[in-house]
Amino acid sequence: MDFGPYAVFIVTAYAAAAVIVAALVIWIMLDRRRLVRAMADVEAQGLSRRSGRKPQEKPRDKPEGNPEDKP
Amino acid sequence: MSLIDLANPSRFSAVTARVLPWLIVATILAFAVGGVQTYFAPDDYQQGATVKIMFIHVPAAWLGIAAWGVMSAAALGTLVWRHPLADVAAKAAAPIGAAFTLMCLLTGSLWGRPMWGTYWVWDARLTSVLVLFLLYLGVIALWHTIDDPTLAARAAAVFTLVGAINIPIIKFSVEWWNTLHQGASVFRIGGSAIHPSILVPLIGMLTAFTLLFLTLHLAAMRNEILRRRLRTMLLMKADAAARA
Repeated sequence: MDFGPYAVFIVTAYAAAAVIVAALVIWIMLDRRRLVRAMADVEAQGLSRRSGRKPQEKPRDKPEGNPEDKP
Repeated sequence: MSLIDLANPSRFSAVTARVLPWLIVATILAFAVGGVQTYFAPDDYQQGATVKIMFIHVPAAWLGIAAWGVMSAAALGTLVWRHPLADVAAKAAAPIGAAFTLMCLLTGSLWGRPMWGTYWVWDARLTSVLVLFLLYLGVIALWHTIDDPTLAARAAAVFTLVGAINIPIIKFSVEWWNTLHQGASVFRIGGSAIHPSILVPLIGMLTAFTLLFLTLHLAAMRNEILRRRLRTMLLMKADAAARA
């Protein structure tokens, strides 16, 4: 394809767009990787989100005993 | 599943994890189609081959403005309903919108030099888009200045809604003032003024760029949700250490 005398402007414009898109994609991917690692580190220390915790077992009711055992 | 269900951050993360791979594939396919259409698009009878720059300049301009629109809608969600996902959407959209506005300014400048004889002129359209870019930098700085995400969200929401005044100024600048920048030719009353041989590839690239924005925004929102979870857990850890 021949862009004629405008080639430098067209190629530079597309290169600039490609660099900006690539920078956005790389930034989001690296950010994700960093956050996932940090989260794994924190979880390895035994911390977990409230919503991520298993529901606590209800404390067992004290046995009422057999009414007949009452004096 | 209703929209209300999706508005839960955990549910949102789970749903977007399934949707994102498909969106990435759709974006790549859309760029492949748009790229081929762009390659075979004819030169303009007046502007020659420089019309190729339009296929990235117009989508970048559209997304620079659309991202501020997304942020404005999210700002209402923050101020009216105080929804945490609205804060997340606004914060995630800001850097992406800034990047597309920068792309618009750079590609426009590179298009202006051969067509207008100058890289830059202080006309209303160019200046209002530069103001939009500066507003993006301002809102990003605001998000990073205030440590508490809830307070930062409210401040950023007010800033965003005030900045939204600039959007109609950008749109109508070419009509309100005498500008070097051409008037509207794609979205205008009475239909597009562009020949189908150039309009079709432009719509192809607009679709591809919009899908790219959607993909990047959802991915950035997932990151922001994770960042907030991490922050909460670190605060819980610090609280537990302080009590011990």
